[in-house]
Amino acid sequence: MKYLTEFRNGEIAQRMAREIASITTRPWKIMEVCGGQTHSIIKNGIDQMLPAEIEMIHGPGCPVCVTPLELIDKALAIAEQPGVIFCSFGDMLRVPGTDADLFQVKGTGGDVRVVYSPLDAVEWAVKNPDRQVVFFGVGFETTAPANAMSVHVAKRRGLKNFSLLVSHVLVPPAIEAIMDSPGNKVQGFLLAGHVCSVMGYWEYPPLAEKYRIPLVVTGFEPLDLLDGIRRAVKQLESGRHEVENAYERIVKFEGNQAAQKLLAEVFEVTDRAWRGIGVIPKSGWRLSAAYREFDAEERFHITGIHTEESPLCRAGDVLRGAIKPAECAAFGKECTPRHPLGATMVSSEGACAAYYNYGRFLSAESLASAGIGLTGVAHG
Amino acid sequence: MCLAIPGKVEEITTEDGLRVGRVNFGGVVKRVCLDYVPEVEVGDYTIVHVGFALSKIDEETAEKTLTDFRAMGVLDEELASEEEAFARAAAAPQSSCLDGSCSSK
Repeated sequence: MKYLTEFRNGEIAQRMAREIASITTRPWKIMEVCGGQTHSIIKNGIDQMLPAEIEMIHGPGCPVCVTPLELIDKALAIAEQPGVIFCSFGDMLRVPGTDADLFQVKGTGGDVRVVYSPLDAVEWAVKNPDRQVVFFGVGFETTAPANAMSVHVAKRRGLKNFSLLVSHVLVPPAIEAIMDSPGNKVQGFLLAGHVCSVMGYWEYPPLAEKYRIPLVVTGFEPLDLLDGIRRAVKQLESGRHEVENAYERIVKFEGNQAAQKLLAEVFEVTDRAWRGIGVIPKSGWRLSAAYREFDAEERFHITGIHTEESPLCRAGDVLRGAIKPAECAAFGKECTPRHPLGATMVSSEGACAAYYNYGRFLSAESLASAGIGLTGVAHG
Repeated sequence: MCLAIPGKVEEITTEDGLRVGRVNFGGVVKRVCLDYVPEVEVGDYTIVHVGFALSKIDEETAEKTLTDFRAMGVLDEELASEEEAFARAAAAPQSSCLDGSCSSK
């Protein structure tokens, strides 16, 4: 909790936590959608500042985590091919496929490059006309405008040697899937601030209405998260279910319309498999017909991939809020960040990896029996 | 992965039909596509994700957020060079198998 010990913010944070405690009369379960928020909540101990009645459930909003193993294997198969320059963001390098990862492929002679922007990958294609350059385009709505522009520029420049291995996923269908899942416990959501900086929040009022849940657009800094939680609890306690913006300094209702315009041109909605959850209908984007020629899956036709998930992994139960990471029997034993068995341990933004990295090894039950949970210090 | 980092636009040029800015993130300068924020001018602050500006913000918000993100340790990761990214990956090996039997603890 290094950050919150800083005097001014620490004091404001404590005051906000006290306000949340003073308005809370019943147990509430609130999900933060975004992996960046999960990381910040656990790192800063935000959940431990809350009254015992408020439980934060950590959602599926880490794109590295939810990328299916099959797609990782496809990326590795493409990256291994001679004549290919395979470009990726740095956080995909160590995500294990069935037999290897991108870092190891580079070690055995594959030309794997890390880029800051997808446009850097387009530049590699311009400079290497005799090579095929592939960019690994995973991410939520936040990352999609960058990937869309890379393909748009490649098309405008007539590049025949650039393609995108694309697995974009979308927040609203994930919220629907969680609310529709049997035994769902989530009663309100913190929406991902930077996703909404692109998409705005005009998509969400029908969801708030349909499921009668508060949806609060929330940032990533500790005070932002506490404010988002405070607003969600206020709505829950007063029986309201509205879309609210607690991140006004960044997010506008309509979002970034220039980005949305290009997204609508370059991508179309498709069903997507989410690691740890399964296929969610209409939950992602793929390249539209006008840009299909830039789809790496069409260009390389990788077949014969067989993947299997660990029978020990309970990532799906963690993502639904049915259990906390430490309640999984494999957590910290067979499954660690060095050896992830499933989605939520794969990246530092996954719930299990965040719990592991910040020393949350005890389950709620064992904390309670040790008398720790009663103080509200660590109920979770 | 989905964090957008605030920075100050120091220069704007046009490259291959794109509006490109030099953006300073508390000392680290990157080339950033400004096509999605036509309202942003030199001297303005904007939030940037993977080389794309997404929204104009005010200076106070930008500086405060930069300070917070630095304290949270996310700046290094988001703005890492290729060499830094590979060095980070080298130090963080992961391995995969179904039952944990290949685990190197």
